[in-house]
Amino acid sequence: MDIQSYLLLSATTFIIGVVGVLARRNAIIVFMSIELMLNSVNLSLVAFSAYLGDVRGQMLVFFAMTVAAAEAAVGLAIIIALFRRKQTVNLDDINILKW
Amino acid sequence: MTLETFLFYFLAIISVGSALMMVTRRNPVIAALYLILNFFALGGLYLTLHAQFIAFIQILVYAGAIMVLFLFVIMLLNLGDIKGLGEKISYRKIVGAGLSFGLLMELVYVFGFARASLPPTQFEKSVDIGTVEYIGRELFTTFLFPFEVTSILLLAAIVGAVILAKKKLN
Repeated sequence: MDIQSYLLLSATTFIIGVVGVLARRNAIIVFMSIELMLNSVNLSLVAFSAYLGDVRGQMLVFFAMTVAAAEAAVGLAIIIALFRRKQTVNLDDINILKW
Repeated sequence: MTLETFLFYFLAIISVGSALMMVTRRNPVIAALYLILNFFALGGLYLTLHAQFIAFIQILVYAGAIMVLFLFVIMLLNLGDIKGLGEKISYRKIVGAGLSFGLLMELVYVFGFARASLPPTQFEKSVDIGTVEYIGRELFTTFLFPFEVTSILLLAAIVGAVILAKKKLN
């Protein structure tokens, strides 16, 4: 397979994640869409790594996964704290930082 | 059609389909299960790129650890049966989806038609570099400092998660 196919697949799943973030109002599903976007970028990094025969792309994916794990733990803790305070995960109802 | 081409299209269809289902489901538990399917398809795609280590880390860390955390939080907050979350189609959402589609068309043009001038492929070399042995050696020599720094990152994440999620004592 040529690299363009992998990049097209990566772009498609990234855009699906973008639409999920823009269109959905459930905080958990928005968060899962962000994970989907992170994964699609990882796919293009691994595709470039295989195409160029260079291991650095895969190392970057390894560190991106570490950051994603930390981000998931902290993000879900924030969602739990928000739910405890507001009794909702609807992002339209969470507006205390809006002016 | 070779086996590689067939596997790519098979996994690509599963990946895109499960991503679409994930974004459109109303129930977050079902959305999370579709996201797990998407992660397994991505793991298979990494295997077609000779990245064995990344493929198994993908399934262990994402499908194993992160999605269990997601499902645990969904069930802890009992979000499965929230019905009236107000997922209505609005002007803002249509504009957002339209702009995203425009960005996709731009990327399709760049990758598919414009044929950006890439250096010649080294795909034969990639058979060696995806193994656990090669990545482990790189990780403990060239990338030793970033590898150690991730431990501080994970410690900060643990402390942050505990402090954010704990109940107020007073």
